[in-house]
Amino acid sequence: MNMTPENIEKIKEIWQALKEVEDPEIPVISIVDMGIVTDITIDENGDVKVEMTPTFTGCPAIEVMRKGIEKKLSELGVERYRVELNYKTTWTSNRISEEGREKLEKFGLGRPESHEGEPRMEDIANARCPHCGSENTELKSVFGSTLCRSIHVCHDCRQSFERFKPV
Amino acid sequence: MNKEAAQELMLKMADDALIYGHRLSEWTGIGPILEEDIAFSSISQDKVGHAWQLYQLLEEDFGMPGPDQLGFGRKENEYKCCRLNELYTRDYAFALIRHFLMDHAEFIRYSLLRASSYEALAQLAKKVRGEIKYHVLHADTWVKKLGAATEESHSRMQAALNEAFPYALGIFEPGPLEQELIDTGIFIGEERLQSEWLDEIRPIIEESGLQLPATTDAAMGGRSGNHSSDLADLLEEMSEVLRSDPGANW
Repeated sequence: MNMTPENIEKIKEIWQALKEVEDPEIPVISIVDMGIVTDITIDENGDVKVEMTPTFTGCPAIEVMRKGIEKKLSELGVERYRVELNYKTTWTSNRISEEGREKLEKFGLGRPESHEGEPRMEDIANARCPHCGSENTELKSVFGSTLCRSIHVCHDCRQSFERFKPV
Repeated sequence: MNKEAAQELMLKMADDALIYGHRLSEWTGIGPILEEDIAFSSISQDKVGHAWQLYQLLEEDFGMPGPDQLGFGRKENEYKCCRLNELYTRDYAFALIRHFLMDHAEFIRYSLLRASSYEALAQLAKKVRGEIKYHVLHADTWVKKLGAATEESHSRMQAALNEAFPYALGIFEPGPLEQELIDTGIFIGEERLQSEWLDEIRPIIEESGLQLPATTDAAMGGRSGNHSSDLADLLEEMSEVLRSDPGANW
Protein backbone atom coordinates (compact mmCIF):
# COMPACT_ATOMS: atom_id res chain seq x y z
CA MET A 1 0.00 0.00 0.00
CA ASN A 2 1.24 3.46 -0.84
CA MET A 3 -0.45 6.20 1.18
CA THR A 4 0.61 9.43 -0.54
CA PRO A 5 -1.84 12.35 -0.27
CA GLU A 6 -2.73 11.84 -3.96
CA ASN A 7 -3.51 8.19 -3.36
CA ILE A 8 -5.66 8.97 -0.33
CA GLU A 9 -7.63 11.42 -2.48
CA LYS A 10 -7.88 8.90 -5.29
CA ILE A 11 -9.15 6.19 -2.95
CA LYS A 12 -11.80 8.57 -1.58
CA GLU A 13 -12.86 9.35 -5.13
CA ILE A 14 -13.17 5.63 -5.96
CA TRP A 15 -15.28 4.92 -2.85
CA GLN A 16 -17.56 7.78 -3.87
CA ALA A 17 -17.82 6.52 -7.46
CA LEU A 18 -18.59 2.97 -6.38
CA LYS A 19 -21.65 4.34 -4.58
CA GLU A 20 -23.13 4.52 -8.07
CA VAL A 21 -22.73 0.79 -8.71
CA GLU A 22 -26.02 -0.91 -7.95
CA ASP A 23 -26.87 -4.25 -6.48
CA PRO A 24 -28.62 -5.82 -9.51
CA GLU A 25 -31.17 -7.65 -7.34
CA ILE A 26 -32.06 -4.51 -5.35
CA PRO A 27 -31.31 -1.62 -7.73
CA VAL A 28 -32.02 1.10 -5.16
CA ILE A 29 -28.98 0.30 -3.06
CA SER A 30 -25.30 0.57 -3.96
CA ILE A 31 -22.69 -2.08 -3.38
CA VAL A 32 -20.98 0.34 -0.97
CA ASP A 33 -24.13 0.75 1.13
CA MET A 34 -24.49 -3.03 1.06
CA GLY A 35 -21.03 -3.41 2.57
CA ILE A 36 -19.92 -5.63 -0.31
CA VAL A 37 -16.81 -3.54 -1.07
CA THR A 38 -14.40 -4.24 1.79
CA ASP A 39 -11.20 -2.44 0.83
CA ILE A 40 -9.63 -0.20 -1.82
CA THR A 41 -5.84 0.10 -2.00
CA ILE A 42 -3.23 1.48 -4.38
CA ASP A 43 0.21 -0.13 -4.53
CA GLU A 44 3.60 1.43 -5.31
CA ASN A 45 3.06 0.92 -9.06
CA GLY A 46 -0.17 2.85 -8.91
CA ASP A 47 -2.25 -0.30 -9.41
CA VAL A 48 -5.68 -0.11 -7.81
CA LYS A 49 -7.10 -3.10 -5.99
CA VAL A 50 -10.75 -3.29 -5.02
CA GLU A 51 -11.68 -6.12 -2.66
CA MET A 52 -15.22 -7.40 -2.37
CA THR A 53 -16.94 -10.10 -0.37
CA PRO A 54 -20.19 -11.79 -1.45
CA THR A 55 -23.40 -11.57 0.57
CA PHE A 56 -24.07 -15.25 -0.14
CA THR A 57 -21.59 -17.74 -1.61
CA GLY A 58 -24.10 -18.80 -4.28
CA CYS A 59 -25.20 -15.26 -5.12
CA PRO A 60 -25.55 -15.06 -8.92
CA ALA A 61 -25.31 -11.25 -8.80
CA ILE A 62 -21.68 -11.19 -7.72
CA GLU A 63 -20.22 -11.34 -11.23
CA VAL A 64 -22.56 -8.56 -12.36
CA MET A 65 -21.31 -6.44 -9.46
CA ARG A 66 -17.69 -7.20 -10.30
CA LYS A 67 -18.29 -6.02 -13.89
CA GLY A 68 -20.04 -2.93 -12.52
CA ILE A 69 -16.97 -2.07 -10.45
CA GLU A 70 -14.62 -2.62 -13.41
CA LYS A 71 -16.75 -0.41 -15.63
CA LYS A 72 -16.81 2.35 -13.03
CA LEU A 73 -13.02 2.19 -12.59
CA SER A 74 -12.52 2.54 -16.34
CA GLU A 75 -14.86 5.53 -16.41
CA LEU A 76 -12.78 7.15 -13.68
CA GLY A 77 -9.73 6.75 -15.88
CA VAL A 78 -8.06 4.13 -13.69
CA GLU A 79 -5.88 2.20 -16.09
CA ARG A 80 -4.53 -0.66 -14.03
CA TYR A 81 -6.89 -2.27 -11.57
CA ARG A 82 -7.84 -5.60 -10.10
CA VAL A 83 -11.14 -6.57 -8.50
CA GLU A 84 -10.64 -9.39 -6.05
CA LEU A 85 -13.33 -11.52 -4.48
CA ASN A 86 -12.37 -12.97 -1.11
CA TYR A 87 -13.62 -13.96 2.33
CA LYS A 88 -11.07 -12.09 4.44
CA THR A 89 -13.98 -10.05 5.72
CA THR A 90 -17.11 -12.09 6.37
CA TRP A 91 -20.15 -10.31 5.00
CA THR A 92 -23.02 -10.02 7.46
CA SER A 93 -26.15 -7.86 7.25
CA ASN A 94 -24.59 -5.67 9.96
CA ARG A 95 -22.41 -4.29 7.17
CA ILE A 96 -25.40 -2.61 5.46
CA SER A 97 -25.29 1.11 6.23
CA GLU A 98 -28.20 2.89 7.94
CA GLU A 99 -28.82 4.76 4.69
CA GLY A 100 -28.88 1.39 2.94
CA ARG A 101 -31.44 -0.01 5.39
CA GLU A 102 -33.71 2.98 4.83
CA LYS A 103 -33.45 2.47 1.09
CA LEU A 104 -34.34 -1.20 1.46
CA GLU A 105 -37.46 -0.29 3.42
CA LYS A 106 -38.52 2.29 0.83
CA PHE A 107 -38.01 -0.34 -1.87
CA GLY A 108 -40.54 -2.53 -0.02
CA LEU A 109 -38.14 -4.90 1.70
CA GLY A 110 -38.18 -5.33 5.46
CA ARG A 111 -34.93 -4.11 6.97
CA PRO A 112 -32.49 -6.38 8.77
CA GLU A 113 -31.70 -5.07 12.26
CA SER A 114 -28.17 -5.33 13.62
CA HIS A 115 -27.29 -8.35 15.70
CA GLU A 116 -24.38 -9.28 17.90
CA GLY A 117 -22.38 -11.34 15.46
CA GLU A 118 -24.92 -14.06 14.92
CA PRO A 119 -28.69 -13.60 14.47
CA ARG A 120 -30.85 -15.28 17.11
CA MET A 121 -34.23 -16.81 16.29
CA GLU A 122 -35.95 -13.58 17.46
CA ASP A 123 -33.80 -11.52 15.11
CA ILE A 124 -34.87 -13.77 12.25
CA ALA A 125 -38.59 -13.88 13.16
CA ASN A 126 -39.27 -10.28 14.27
CA ALA A 127 -39.57 -7.98 11.27
CA ARG A 128 -41.04 -4.53 10.76
CA CYS A 129 -43.55 -4.25 7.93
CA PRO A 130 -42.10 -2.00 5.20
CA HIS A 131 -45.62 -1.01 4.09
CA CYS A 132 -47.19 0.25 7.35
CA GLY A 133 -44.36 0.10 9.89
CA SER A 134 -46.17 -2.36 12.17
CA GLU A 135 -44.16 -4.78 14.29
CA ASN A 136 -47.18 -7.11 14.47
CA THR A 137 -45.85 -9.46 11.81
CA GLU A 138 -45.19 -13.14 11.42
CA LEU A 139 -42.41 -15.10 9.74
CA LYS A 140 -43.80 -17.36 7.00
CA SER A 141 -40.65 -18.84 5.54
CA VAL A 142 -36.94 -18.22 6.02
CA PHE A 143 -36.47 -18.53 2.26
CA GLY A 144 -37.78 -16.06 -0.31
CA SER A 145 -37.44 -15.09 -3.96
CA THR A 146 -33.68 -14.56 -3.67
CA LEU A 147 -31.12 -16.06 -1.30
CA CYS A 148 -31.06 -12.92 0.84
CA ARG A 149 -34.81 -12.69 1.54
CA SER A 150 -37.33 -14.25 3.92
CA ILE A 151 -41.15 -14.11 3.66
CA HIS A 152 -43.35 -12.46 6.32
CA VAL A 153 -46.94 -11.36 6.68
CA CYS A 154 -48.22 -8.22 8.45
CA HIS A 155 -51.26 -8.70 10.69
CA ASP A 156 -52.11 -4.98 10.65
CA CYS A 157 -52.11 -4.06 6.97
CA ARG A 158 -52.61 -7.70 5.93
CA GLN A 159 -49.93 -7.58 3.30
CA SER A 160 -47.22 -10.12 2.86
CA PHE A 161 -43.72 -8.78 2.41
CA GLU A 162 -40.18 -9.90 1.90
CA ARG A 163 -37.40 -8.95 4.21
CA PHE A 164 -33.66 -8.75 3.79
CA LYS A 165 -32.53 -11.54 6.11
CA PRO A 166 -30.32 -10.84 9.07
CA VAL A 167 -27.22 -12.98 8.55
CA MET B 1 0.38 -27.55 5.29
CA ASN B 2 -0.21 -31.03 3.95
CA LYS B 3 -1.59 -30.26 0.50
CA GLU B 4 -2.80 -33.75 -0.34
CA ALA B 5 -4.73 -33.96 2.91
CA ALA B 6 -6.36 -30.54 2.43
CA GLN B 7 -7.25 -31.53 -1.12
CA GLU B 8 -8.84 -34.78 0.05
CA LEU B 9 -10.98 -32.95 2.61
CA MET B 10 -12.09 -30.17 0.29
CA LEU B 11 -12.90 -32.46 -2.59
CA LYS B 12 -15.23 -34.61 -0.52
CA MET B 13 -16.87 -31.51 0.95
CA ALA B 14 -17.35 -29.97 -2.49
CA ASP B 15 -18.73 -33.22 -3.93
CA ASP B 16 -21.14 -33.53 -1.00
CA ALA B 17 -22.38 -30.00 -1.61
CA LEU B 18 -22.76 -30.48 -5.37
CA ILE B 19 -24.52 -33.85 -5.31
CA TYR B 20 -26.72 -32.97 -2.35
CA GLY B 21 -27.46 -29.60 -3.97
CA HIS B 22 -28.56 -31.35 -7.13
CA ARG B 23 -30.88 -33.66 -5.20
CA LEU B 24 -32.42 -30.68 -3.41
CA SER B 25 -33.02 -28.92 -6.71
CA GLU B 26 -35.31 -31.74 -7.78
CA TRP B 27 -38.06 -30.06 -5.71
CA THR B 28 -37.96 -26.91 -7.82
CA GLY B 29 -41.43 -26.63 -9.34
CA ILE B 30 -42.89 -29.63 -7.49
CA GLY B 31 -42.54 -28.79 -3.79
CA PRO B 32 -45.56 -29.84 -1.70
CA ILE B 33 -46.36 -26.18 -0.99
CA LEU B 34 -44.99 -23.04 -2.61
CA GLU B 35 -42.84 -22.05 0.40
CA GLU B 36 -41.21 -25.47 0.36
CA ASP B 37 -40.59 -25.27 -3.36
CA ILE B 38 -38.78 -21.97 -2.71
CA ALA B 39 -36.95 -23.24 0.37
CA PHE B 40 -35.52 -26.35 -1.31
CA SER B 41 -34.56 -24.32 -4.37
CA SER B 42 -32.80 -21.70 -2.23
CA ILE B 43 -30.95 -24.26 -0.14
CA SER B 44 -29.91 -26.00 -3.34
CA GLN B 45 -28.56 -22.75 -4.73
CA ASP B 46 -26.55 -22.23 -1.54
CA LYS B 47 -25.10 -25.75 -1.74
CA VAL B 48 -24.05 -25.41 -5.36
CA GLY B 49 -22.48 -22.08 -4.33
CA HIS B 50 -20.49 -23.86 -1.61
CA ALA B 51 -19.34 -26.50 -4.08
CA TRP B 52 -18.32 -23.81 -6.54
CA GLN B 53 -16.26 -21.94 -3.92
CA LEU B 54 -14.49 -25.11 -2.80
CA TYR B 55 -13.71 -26.23 -6.36
CA GLN B 56 -12.50 -22.69 -7.04
CA LEU B 57 -10.17 -22.85 -4.04
CA LEU B 58 -8.90 -26.24 -5.21
CA GLU B 59 -8.06 -24.65 -8.54
CA GLU B 60 -6.41 -21.52 -7.10
CA ASP B 61 -4.40 -23.11 -4.32
CA PHE B 62 -3.66 -26.60 -5.64
CA GLY B 63 -3.82 -26.22 -9.41
CA MET B 64 -6.69 -28.62 -9.90
CA PRO B 65 -8.96 -28.20 -12.93
CA GLY B 66 -11.67 -25.55 -12.47
CA PRO B 67 -15.22 -25.90 -11.09
CA ASP B 68 -16.83 -26.96 -14.39
CA GLN B 69 -14.38 -29.77 -14.98
CA LEU B 70 -14.37 -30.94 -11.35
CA GLY B 71 -18.12 -30.64 -11.02
CA PHE B 72 -19.20 -32.16 -14.31
CA GLY B 73 -16.23 -33.76 -15.99
CA ARG B 74 -15.16 -36.63 -13.77
CA LYS B 75 -15.89 -40.32 -13.76
CA GLU B 76 -18.29 -41.67 -11.19
CA ASN B 77 -15.56 -43.31 -9.07
CA GLU B 78 -13.69 -40.00 -8.84
CA TYR B 79 -16.49 -38.39 -6.84
CA LYS B 80 -15.95 -38.49 -3.08
CA CYS B 81 -19.45 -37.65 -1.87
CA CYS B 82 -20.93 -39.82 0.86
CA ARG B 83 -23.61 -42.26 -0.22
CA LEU B 84 -26.41 -40.49 1.63
CA ASN B 85 -26.35 -37.62 -0.85
CA GLU B 86 -26.47 -39.65 -4.02
CA LEU B 87 -29.53 -41.73 -3.10
CA TYR B 88 -32.52 -40.95 -5.27
CA THR B 89 -35.13 -38.99 -3.36
CA ARG B 90 -37.79 -41.44 -2.25
CA ASP B 91 -40.41 -38.98 -1.01
CA TYR B 92 -40.75 -35.71 0.84
CA ALA B 93 -40.21 -37.38 4.23
CA PHE B 94 -36.92 -38.85 2.99
CA ALA B 95 -35.87 -35.49 1.55
CA LEU B 96 -36.52 -33.79 4.90
CA ILE B 97 -34.75 -36.45 6.95
CA ARG B 98 -31.70 -36.41 4.67
CA HIS B 99 -31.73 -32.61 4.85
CA PHE B 100 -31.88 -32.77 8.66
CA LEU B 101 -29.11 -35.36 9.06
CA MET B 102 -26.83 -33.84 6.45
CA ASP B 103 -27.19 -30.19 7.38
CA HIS B 104 -26.56 -30.72 11.06
CA ALA B 105 -23.32 -32.48 10.11
CA GLU B 106 -22.46 -29.67 7.68
CA PHE B 107 -23.16 -26.99 10.26
CA ILE B 108 -20.83 -28.59 12.79
CA ARG B 109 -18.17 -29.34 10.16
CA TYR B 110 -18.00 -25.71 9.02
CA SER B 111 -18.18 -24.48 12.62
CA LEU B 112 -15.12 -26.59 13.46
CA LEU B 113 -13.35 -25.51 10.27
CA ARG B 114 -13.35 -21.89 11.42
CA ALA B 115 -10.32 -22.93 13.48
CA SER B 116 -8.56 -24.60 10.55
CA SER B 117 -4.84 -23.98 10.10
CA TYR B 118 -5.63 -23.53 6.41
CA GLU B 119 -6.52 -19.85 6.45
CA ALA B 120 -8.50 -19.61 3.19
CA LEU B 121 -10.68 -22.55 4.23
CA ALA B 122 -11.24 -21.07 7.70
CA GLN B 123 -12.37 -17.78 6.13
CA LEU B 124 -14.75 -19.54 3.76
CA ALA B 125 -16.08 -21.69 6.61
CA LYS B 126 -17.19 -18.63 8.56
CA LYS B 127 -19.28 -17.47 5.64
CA VAL B 128 -20.74 -20.86 4.73
CA ARG B 129 -21.65 -21.61 8.34
CA GLY B 130 -23.90 -18.52 8.48
CA GLU B 131 -25.81 -19.80 5.46
CA ILE B 132 -26.17 -23.35 6.77
CA LYS B 133 -27.63 -21.97 9.99
CA TYR B 134 -30.75 -21.17 7.96
CA HIS B 135 -30.76 -24.64 6.40
CA VAL B 136 -30.69 -26.26 9.83
CA LEU B 137 -33.45 -23.98 11.05
CA HIS B 138 -35.60 -25.06 8.12
CA ALA B 139 -34.88 -28.77 8.62
CA ASP B 140 -35.58 -28.64 12.37
CA THR B 141 -38.89 -26.85 11.87
CA TRP B 142 -40.24 -29.50 9.51
CA VAL B 143 -38.84 -32.52 11.33
CA LYS B 144 -40.49 -31.31 14.53
CA LYS B 145 -43.76 -30.53 12.74
CA LEU B 146 -44.10 -33.75 10.79
CA GLY B 147 -42.56 -36.05 13.38
CA ALA B 148 -45.56 -35.42 15.60
CA ALA B 149 -48.35 -34.22 13.27
CA THR B 150 -50.42 -37.27 12.29
CA GLU B 151 -49.97 -41.00 12.43
CA GLU B 152 -49.15 -41.05 8.74
CA SER B 153 -46.60 -38.22 8.89
CA HIS B 154 -44.97 -39.81 11.94
CA SER B 155 -44.67 -43.24 10.36
CA ARG B 156 -43.32 -41.82 7.10
CA MET B 157 -40.72 -39.76 8.94
CA GLN B 158 -39.69 -42.70 11.10
CA ALA B 159 -39.40 -45.00 8.07
CA ALA B 160 -37.25 -42.39 6.31
CA LEU B 161 -35.05 -42.02 9.39
CA ASN B 162 -34.60 -45.79 9.68
CA GLU B 163 -33.53 -46.02 6.05
CA ALA B 164 -31.33 -42.91 5.96
CA PHE B 165 -29.53 -43.31 9.28
CA PRO B 166 -26.89 -45.90 8.27
CA TYR B 167 -26.14 -43.74 5.22
CA ALA B 168 -25.82 -40.70 7.48
CA LEU B 169 -23.22 -42.57 9.53
CA GLY B 170 -21.31 -42.90 6.26
CA ILE B 171 -20.85 -39.10 6.20
CA PHE B 172 -18.08 -39.64 8.75
CA GLU B 173 -16.14 -42.28 6.82
CA PRO B 174 -12.51 -41.17 7.21
CA GLY B 175 -10.31 -40.79 4.14
CA PRO B 176 -6.77 -42.24 3.82
CA LEU B 177 -5.18 -38.95 4.97
CA GLU B 178 -7.45 -38.43 8.00
CA GLN B 179 -4.60 -38.54 10.52
CA GLU B 180 -2.59 -35.93 8.56
CA LEU B 181 -5.61 -33.62 8.57
CA ILE B 182 -5.80 -33.88 12.34
CA ASP B 183 -2.05 -33.63 12.94
CA THR B 184 -1.62 -30.53 10.81
CA GLY B 185 -4.65 -28.79 12.33
CA ILE B 186 -6.53 -28.55 9.04
CA PHE B 187 -9.54 -30.39 10.46
CA ILE B 188 -10.30 -31.87 13.83
CA GLY B 189 -11.44 -35.18 12.33
CA GLU B 190 -14.54 -37.16 11.43
CA GLU B 191 -14.75 -38.99 14.74
CA ARG B 192 -15.10 -35.79 16.71
CA LEU B 193 -17.57 -34.47 14.12
CA GLN B 194 -19.73 -37.57 14.42
CA SER B 195 -19.86 -37.40 18.20
CA GLU B 196 -20.85 -33.72 18.19
CA TRP B 197 -23.44 -34.46 15.52
CA LEU B 198 -25.06 -37.22 17.55
CA ASP B 199 -25.25 -34.94 20.61
CA GLU B 200 -26.90 -32.30 18.47
CA ILE B 201 -29.52 -34.37 16.64
CA ARG B 202 -30.55 -36.72 19.47
CA PRO B 203 -32.63 -34.21 21.50
CA ILE B 204 -34.35 -32.86 18.37
CA ILE B 205 -35.26 -36.37 17.22
CA GLU B 206 -36.69 -37.09 20.66
CA GLU B 207 -38.61 -33.84 20.76
CA SER B 208 -40.10 -34.76 17.38
CA GLY B 209 -41.46 -38.00 18.79
CA LEU B 210 -39.14 -40.03 16.56
CA GLN B 211 -36.68 -42.68 17.54
CA LEU B 212 -33.03 -42.69 16.65
CA PRO B 213 -32.21 -46.12 15.17
CA ALA B 214 -29.92 -48.16 17.41
CA THR B 215 -27.75 -49.38 14.53
CA THR B 216 -24.08 -48.48 14.25
CA ASP B 217 -23.77 -50.00 10.76
CA ALA B 218 -22.53 -47.30 8.43
CA ALA B 219 -22.97 -47.29 4.65
CA MET B 220 -19.36 -46.62 3.72
CA GLY B 221 -17.60 -46.48 0.38
CA GLY B 222 -18.54 -43.05 -0.92
CA ARG B 223 -15.36 -41.38 0.30
CA SER B 224 -13.23 -43.81 -1.68
CA GLY B 225 -15.32 -43.48 -4.83
CA ASN B 226 -17.32 -46.64 -4.35
CA HIS B 227 -20.89 -45.56 -5.07
CA SER B 228 -24.37 -46.95 -5.61
CA SER B 229 -25.83 -46.93 -9.12
CA ASP B 230 -27.92 -43.90 -8.10
CA LEU B 231 -24.86 -41.68 -8.55
CA ALA B 232 -24.27 -42.83 -12.13
CA ASP B 233 -27.89 -41.98 -12.99
CA LEU B 234 -27.58 -38.60 -11.34
CA LEU B 235 -24.32 -37.73 -13.10
CA GLU B 236 -25.76 -38.79 -16.42
CA GLU B 237 -28.62 -36.35 -15.93
CA MET B 238 -26.50 -33.60 -14.40
CA SER B 239 -23.92 -33.50 -17.20
CA GLU B 240 -26.33 -33.99 -20.10
CA VAL B 241 -26.21 -30.37 -21.29
CA LEU B 242 -22.42 -30.14 -20.95
CA ARG B 243 -21.91 -33.37 -22.89
CA SER B 244 -24.21 -32.21 -25.68
CA ASP B 245 -21.64 -29.53 -26.59
CA PRO B 246 -18.34 -29.98 -24.75
CA GLY B 247 -16.24 -26.83 -24.54
CA ALA B 248 -19.13 -24.54 -25.43
CA ASN B 249 -18.96 -20.96 -24.20
CA TRP B 250 -21.92 -20.03 -22.02
